[in-house]
Amino acid sequence: MTAFPPARPPGARSTSRSTSRAGARAGGFPWGVALPAAALSGIGLLLVWSATRNDPGSTLPERQTLSVLVGFALMWLLSRCDARVLRAYVPVVYLGGLAGLVAVLTPLGRTVNGSHAWIVLGPGLQFQPSEFAKVGTVLAVAAALGELRDGERRPPAGAVLLALGLAAVPIGLIMLEPDYGTMLVFATIVAGMLLAGGAPKRWFAGLAGIAALALLLVWRLDLIRPYQLQRVMVLADPDADPLGVGYNATQARIAIGSGGLLGKGLFHGEQTAGHFVPEQHTDFIFTVAGEELGFAGAACVIVLMLVLLWRGLRIAATAPSPFGTVLAGGVVCWLAFQTFVNAGMTMGLLPIAGLPLPFVSYGGSATISVFAAVGLLAAAGRRSTLR
Amino acid sequence: MRRRPSLGRIAVLYVTVTALMLTLLGRLWYLQVTTGPDYARAATQSRVRTVALPPVRGRILDVHGEPLVANQTRPQVSVDYMALIHQPDGGRAVLERLAGALGRPYREIADRARLCAADVPRPCWPGSPYQPITVADDVDVRTALWIAERQDEFPGVSTALRPVRTYPLGAAAAHLLGYLQPPSPDDPPGGPELVGRDGLESEYDRELAGRSGVRQMAVDSTGKVTGLIREEDPRPGDSLVTSIDARIQRIAHRALTRAVEGARKRGEPADAGAAVVLEAATGRVTALADYPSYDPEVWTGGVSQHDYETLPLVSGAVLGQWAPGSTWKVTSAAAAATAGYALRDTYDCPGAYTVGGRAFHNFDGIALGRMDMRRALVVSCDTIFYRLADKMWRHDGGLKPVRRPRDPMQAMAGQFGFGVPTGVDLPHEAAGRVPDRAWKKASWAATRTANCRRARTGYPDVPDRARAAYLKRLADENCRSGGVWRAGDAANFAIGQGDVLVTPLQLARGYAALANGGTVFSPRIGKAVVGPGGKVVRTVTPPVVGRIDVPRKTLRYIRDSLKGVPREGTAAAAFKGFPFKRLSVAGKTGTAEAYGRHDTSWFASFAPAAHPKYVVVVVVSQGGTGATAAAPAAREIWEGVYDLHPAKKKKDAGKKKTGKKSGEKHKRAR
Repeated sequence: MTAFPPARPPGARSTSRSTSRAGARAGGFPWGVALPAAALSGIGLLLVWSATRNDPGSTLPERQTLSVLVGFALMWLLSRCDARVLRAYVPVVYLGGLAGLVAVLTPLGRTVNGSHAWIVLGPGLQFQPSEFAKVGTVLAVAAALGELRDGERRPPAGAVLLALGLAAVPIGLIMLEPDYGTMLVFATIVAGMLLAGGAPKRWFAGLAGIAALALLLVWRLDLIRPYQLQRVMVLADPDADPLGVGYNATQARIAIGSGGLLGKGLFHGEQTAGHFVPEQHTDFIFTVAGEELGFAGAACVIVLMLVLLWRGLRIAATAPSPFGTVLAGGVVCWLAFQTFVNAGMTMGLLPIAGLPLPFVSYGGSATISVFAAVGLLAAAGRRSTLR
Repeated sequence: MRRRPSLGRIAVLYVTVTALMLTLLGRLWYLQVTTGPDYARAATQSRVRTVALPPVRGRILDVHGEPLVANQTRPQVSVDYMALIHQPDGGRAVLERLAGALGRPYREIADRARLCAADVPRPCWPGSPYQPITVADDVDVRTALWIAERQDEFPGVSTALRPVRTYPLGAAAAHLLGYLQPPSPDDPPGGPELVGRDGLESEYDRELAGRSGVRQMAVDSTGKVTGLIREEDPRPGDSLVTSIDARIQRIAHRALTRAVEGARKRGEPADAGAAVVLEAATGRVTALADYPSYDPEVWTGGVSQHDYETLPLVSGAVLGQWAPGSTWKVTSAAAAATAGYALRDTYDCPGAYTVGGRAFHNFDGIALGRMDMRRALVVSCDTIFYRLADKMWRHDGGLKPVRRPRDPMQAMAGQFGFGVPTGVDLPHEAAGRVPDRAWKKASWAATRTANCRRARTGYPDVPDRARAAYLKRLADENCRSGGVWRAGDAANFAIGQGDVLVTPLQLARGYAALANGGTVFSPRIGKAVVGPGGKVVRTVTPPVVGRIDVPRKTLRYIRDSLKGVPREGTAAAAFKGFPFKRLSVAGKTGTAEAYGRHDTSWFASFAPAAHPKYVVVVVVSQGGTGATAAAPAAREIWEGVYDLHPAKKKKDAGKKKTGKKSGEKHKRAR
């Protein structure tokens, strides 16, 4: 935390265009955040390859490579923008994301793996609008919270309400799918952004109250489905039903645990080869890392993510504008929460939820979205080229 | 100074994010390093499927090498339980198709393919769900091939040529050979698919079973085999060579069946029977037949619950216990000789003899005059034995016994091997009973309360008043002094009545001891265990477990006496026209009364009388007198064993009618 930039007048907009700092050099490539993201993606590609190595005719590694390349390009593109440009595009991106979420509820939507979260445009071309909606929502909330008038140190109540309103729409739409995991990601992102944006503490108390109330309602109104309840119960007693509800969790823990300190070697995981863990190339990709790369490799994935998160937080701390701070905070919360939930569920810390591991899991929409998020991170740290 | 209010908040995020990632790292360390070895083991278990390769079970052969139990290769259809339950409908469609192909009802196939549990009736699969479950093993080759060619229609169904147990003798040796069943949950896991459950199959199970081979295969999560890890060939089981002669076994079974059916024609219940053929000099079992019997083929391919409950599984030859009747007199005669009553002396055979104030009658109540012991055995005089028993009892002190009563008759019965299991190589055997003073006391103590109550209340439920009064008197007597070995008990004992119980095999070994000069064997059916290559693994010899401690000439005298029974004595009618010149058969009839039941019919015999080779014992429960049911069956066995080409028998002449009962406690024997 010693790397904070020199003090400037409160609320002052930077007028300098020559200040150049590491990670925020105008026009420069954002290596600080791009490198860990690229490293994670590289590991992810190998793991996807390994997880699908016995599937004849599988083109998933190739498709994932394409997604990474597209994501990387998008990241670079976004990193070139500065806050002002981003703000200009907020309505388009936000509304585009909402449109996708609405489209899912129309006959365009498809149910894949029990989640009605997909839009299929053709054979082999499907995407998950909720992933893109994350980008739009992060931007929109950042725009709402990051517009501080001169002299303001905290976002006013109106801004907070606006931010909550903007977040409530996609959350509500995702609730209709329903995809509670993704919903929680959105909620966490918004909470993190309120925190980063400096919203007064009472708001958090209020939101926590609302969350508790919602939880109570869900419980009392039996909105929670039996399988979801079971997923939670399995946490308490993982071996209760190893062939039923607990199957995924048990097999995931076996795969990771059997990796040991150094793993069985890439492409040498027997559990992976035998397809014991379902959805191994997507939501359970971390089990491949655990089995084949061992503690050394799997810890590497987490440490890389931690490096990326630290860099993001540093950007949040040093961002030239509150908008940047809030934006970076949102992205960090997004990546951190998704990483924690995903890795946590494969290791039996959390209930099974259908969330991908950022950069590592197979999945076009998710990959492109998280790279876009890294692009936003870079952009958040960039000083305005115009002022 | 605070530049922006959010800086502190960023620090919160910093700490939170770092804490989350460290949590993941900690959990990762715990899973992979702390508990990693456990998971590695779990991974191996989920990845490796172990299949036992069943060995070919050894055959059971008769003394000439003729198979009593053989193996036949038949196409067998098995299902993989794990593959079935992983199908969307739990395998129902597959089993329905399979049932159609086999021409069986779906229910039957589905029942066999389900796992046994407390609430699941037979048929069901009691083994491991990972073993192939045999659902049909009498499939013709074409059907099996048809199924094998359509693996896509029958996923999880496999066909293989598998050895199936066959029983060439059918019902003739069912009890002797026993049967196989899939192991129950009590059996140690990992054993063979079928284990011997009774008879020789059970007794020699370890040797017959061989050793299972093991095939360990790598499998994926759907159970698809991806590679072979280890394979160990099964070791075929050893064969058991027995002393059973299949020809004689068949003869004994046929003769016994005919005897039972004949008794039924005469109106007797004849509910069971047994025939035993022993080698007198060696104690080896030549034949062991039971009635009722069943066709052991029912065990092939899973027995239904109904069959299982109604099959006559209990072997009367070793588990049936009946009073021996007059066949017992050989031990009483030997006891009399050792107690100082010379066998060649003459004894009076009155129509009745009073023991303990009660008249004990001869079989027909007829006085036969003075005779020696030979004559007493030939005509089966009871009163002589009553008198001897009474004298011995009084010599021991009567109702106030001396400190160490000699009880010569009990002692002699023990020497003949009665009252203890013979130790034959069969899994279940009854011990019989030689009642003595201690037994009487113990059983009195056990029934005393009931007797004393009856002594007070009487028998109002018995309509016959005289009978009710008699029962009340009896209960009163039993209540007060039932534990005392009384003269009447001794008298009943002397003629094999009352509380004496023997199994047919015990009686056969007792007669074998009489025939061979006093050696009491523990009979053996098995003769040798022979390895798959023909090498003798071990030989089985009937151990000598006792000797009858009487002078050889006493036994010779008794043997010679028994020669008269089929020629001129109680069995003369049954042996009418028998070629005694070609085969000198000696024997003794026995007709044992049992309260509330028809008489037990016995015939115990040996031949040739001079140098006995075989002992033949036949019993027909509730079959009438020894002369009418058991003796003809024994004759038929002798004729069969020695191939005496019997002339058409006419069993009408000389048949004696049984006399009227002369009293409740008065046992008559013949």
